[in-house]
Amino acid sequence: MDTFEPQIVAFCCKYCAYAAADLAGSMRLSYPPNVKIVQLPCTGRVDIFHLLKAIEDGADGVYVAGCLEGECHFLKGNLRARKKVEYVKRTLVELGIEPERVEMYNLSSAMGPRFAEIAREMTDRVRELGPSPVKAEAFA
Amino acid sequence: MIIGDRKSLTEILDMIKDCRSILITGCKGCVTVCNVGGLKEVQVLASSLKIARKKEGKSIAIEENLLERQCDPEYIAELADVVHRYDAVLSMACGVGPQFLAEAYPTQKFFPAINTKFFGGATGHGVWEERCAGCGSCVIHNYDGLCPVSRCSKSLMNGPCGGSANGLCEISKDVVCIWDRIVKKKMEQGRLADLLTVMPAKDWSTSRDGGPRKSIREELTQ
Repeated sequence: MDTFEPQIVAFCCKYCAYAAADLAGSMRLSYPPNVKIVQLPCTGRVDIFHLLKAIEDGADGVYVAGCLEGECHFLKGNLRARKKVEYVKRTLVELGIEPERVEMYNLSSAMGPRFAEIAREMTDRVRELGPSPVKAEAFA
Repeated sequence: MIIGDRKSLTEILDMIKDCRSILITGCKGCVTVCNVGGLKEVQVLASSLKIARKKEGKSIAIEENLLERQCDPEYIAELADVVHRYDAVLSMACGVGPQFLAEAYPTQKFFPAINTKFFGGATGHGVWEERCAGCGSCVIHNYDGLCPVSRCSKSLMNGPCGGSANGLCEISKDVVCIWDRIVKKKMEQGRLADLLTVMPAKDWSTSRDGGPRKSIREELTQ
């Protein structure tokens, strides 16, 4: 468990979280390399299936990072994404998996330090939870 | 359209507990429109079931499929070559789908993944409401387009009853009293006198009370 390095997939909106990740880089802020970023045109594009598929394929944690509520470039994409995240949390509960493995975050493109903080927060949380019970290795 | 809700994963997992391979087949008809049994829902269910099995350390092969309609034999026939490759088939259509499948392929096991609920329509994003009870003898013209059969808890032909209060039905604060709506609409349109006519008891023999129903149109039969 001491050597467990969680694999986390972050679905990031290009208008906020992805730009905040860029800013974090420009600011030379370090954050855990466990987070793999998938850029989206808006978090409204994320689907329940994408989040489940990440879990199914062995991600230990998944999060969606969108604009601050009320600030979505497409008005409601981030609110819709939150509902999808909540659906996936309910699905995980039904399957006996910790719902904390999936989360929704909101931030702006100016919040580089917050992006790094979220990456650390999620990595620490998932490290605490341990490997996903559906990991391919566990399955094999 | 026909509205349904997906069964819980617990119930579905129990149905397929002895299966090592399944086919999940959706329907492009009503259940696609009410977001319960279309392509996306088939994908989500397949992924959820795979997660559940992986968590238990067991494998399951799941094939995803979508039929044009599961209430027409010609589309059911499209599965002829593949249906026996699996331990069971999960249908995400309304209750008609698994039955048509079972009739077409009597040696295969078919499970319903959907609880079929009612005939209705969307009143908002993600919200569907009952509008028709399929009583077989439509009377909504007598009630200005508002159906007391499907929308009154007691299906009263002459209402409202004493359980109507503040426009709501006594069974729940979430249920609108349709008779309150009917009376208000008649008043707005100056046709309240219509309600002085006592409607006769409804003939329920055209509904489920008459047993399983069949509709035959001679001009179409071959």
